[in-house]
Amino acid sequence: MPGVEGFIYPNELELQWSVLIVLYPFITGLVAGAFILASLERVFNVQAVKPTYRLALLTALAFLLVAPLPLQLHLGHPERSLEMYLTPHTQSAMAMFGFVYLWYLMVVLVLEIWLDYRRDIVLKWRASTGLSKLLYGAMALWSDNISESALRLDDRIGRALTVIGIPSAFLLHGYVGFIFGSIKANPWWSTPLMPIVFLFSAIVSGIACILLLYFATCWFRRVPVNMPCVDTIAKYLYYAFLVDFSLEMLDLIHRLYESDESFRALDFMVKTRLFTSQIVVQILLGTLVPLVLLGLAQLYTFRERARRVLYVLAGSLTLMGIFAMRWNVVIGGQLFSKSFLGYTTYKMEFATREGLLPAIVLMILPFVILWVLIRLLPPWGHDEGRRGGTRAQV
Amino acid sequence: MDQDRRTFLGQTGKLLILTASAAVAWEHVLAGRPEEAPNYKVSDHWWGMAIDIEKCIGCGTCVRACKTENNVPLEAFTFRTWIERYVVDPADLDHPRVESPNGGYDGFHEREVRDPSLKMFFVPKLCNHCAHSPCVQVCPVGATFESQDGVVLVDKKYCLGCRYCVQACPYGCRFIDPRTHTVDKCSLCYHRITKGLTTACCETCPTGARVLANLKDPKDPIHAFLREHKVQVLKPQMATGSKMYYNGLDGSVR
Repeated sequence: MPGVEGFIYPNELELQWSVLIVLYPFITGLVAGAFILASLERVFNVQAVKPTYRLALLTALAFLLVAPLPLQLHLGHPERSLEMYLTPHTQSAMAMFGFVYLWYLMVVLVLEIWLDYRRDIVLKWRASTGLSKLLYGAMALWSDNISESALRLDDRIGRALTVIGIPSAFLLHGYVGFIFGSIKANPWWSTPLMPIVFLFSAIVSGIACILLLYFATCWFRRVPVNMPCVDTIAKYLYYAFLVDFSLEMLDLIHRLYESDESFRALDFMVKTRLFTSQIVVQILLGTLVPLVLLGLAQLYTFRERARRVLYVLAGSLTLMGIFAMRWNVVIGGQLFSKSFLGYTTYKMEFATREGLLPAIVLMILPFVILWVLIRLLPPWGHDEGRRGGTRAQV
Repeated sequence: MDQDRRTFLGQTGKLLILTASAAVAWEHVLAGRPEEAPNYKVSDHWWGMAIDIEKCIGCGTCVRACKTENNVPLEAFTFRTWIERYVVDPADLDHPRVESPNGGYDGFHEREVRDPSLKMFFVPKLCNHCAHSPCVQVCPVGATFESQDGVVLVDKKYCLGCRYCVQACPYGCRFIDPRTHTVDKCSLCYHRITKGLTTACCETCPTGARVLANLKDPKDPIHAFLREHKVQVLKPQMATGSKMYYNGLDGSVR
């Protein structure tokens, strides 16, 4: 059989989860990570990252809106997906996705963004005419009360929401890890560390993504980069990455040391089929190199320009590494037979429903949504908005 | 009774509509339930299978019968049942040589193993109809379920095709039907066994290597089989409550 080595069960010839299912944890990870970065400023009062607060929230929303799409495209019967809400099987980890997703989207993210932007929306509503007046009016829910006391109330609710939002973000991505970690039939996935590894890698990818987006938006807007801000983000990225790397190494060392019945099969797989994506891309280029770069930035004081280059490089490599990690979990977990006696190959198609082309489109889509969101609700000029600065005269 | 004709007709009409709706609803409640089969009582059955490895000759009749009976696609990755041939060095159980060309559909042509130091045997495989099925546990909508008589079934009209159950099955028993884009697996010929027949694979096995068993029937030969043989289930460490009982299962079998 082409692409098959050793013995696999006959039904294992077809790989079940494609590149689209790789995108799903990658995208939800970016959502959770971006939100957690935003909450640093809101809850823990890390003022330095303030310039990225709104950008992070909008990015989280843009990615969250796209998160269910790869799943929908993958389903054999997408028209039945609503059944997950109507008749969920409560023992199923996957059945809870819909509820966790809706909770996070509607209760946490949309509400928090709305409360944070309410004053801006009302001001835009008042200042605009025609169709945009209608649009901003609808976004304000036709309530134009932006008195001091109303804004104070918004702020209080917003803060409470962020406090709820942090465990929700943990839940969203920890839960994605649980989907994989709870499959006892698959030793590559089945580990209680999976949710926590997913969570920390999510934080890492979200922070890296916002770091890069912040650089990109500054470049587009031709405004100087706020260096204390990116220095702080890079510091948090470094710390989160250290925890993530330690957890992944713990998992690896544990497997190596235990060497249970599946070990030989998995070891062979990592040394052959997953060598490039796991050892080279994920661990060397995507983890060790950015860790060294970020570590150097903590140890030595480089000039601004050098730091900017270093951060962009580290952020890009980090994102690549986390994507490779998702790939290695999802695809890697299907390359070996559950008989532990053989291996199969993943042949990615191009212009099919689960091919590379829809995957690329799905990765571009959040940026298009983000662009629209930024046009509608500009995240800049934030310092004049909520909490301090000049208030609009009401 | 002071009831005029209009009220009488109105009430009768309502009663008729309600009765008709209730009848239709009840039909839906009953639809697909095995009680519909005459003389079959779900509560009297708990299905499993006895598989005697020493009797299996790897002829593939069961695989062909299953594909025909259940209209299983003829592709090389869609099997409700299949046969594996093991060639094992008795001193090296960790590295058995296993093959299952086309799931054993066409049998195994070269049946002889020349090296006398090696042992060779066939292992028929099918859904284990686990009592604690990991596949049932993970299905997000409950499209796959355990029937009260111990058979794991799939409601194809309800399956989303998410493939989570395929990932969760430790035995590789599930596949996606390329025609319906829903999951498919051995139903233990539920349409037959609820009518008092045996499964297609058991029916056609020339050596009686597979025997359908009703574990709730005290007269079923399964009880003697389990008592008199050293019986094992596949991957017992998975704790799935498998009801496929193998006699002569070698330690090398995965």
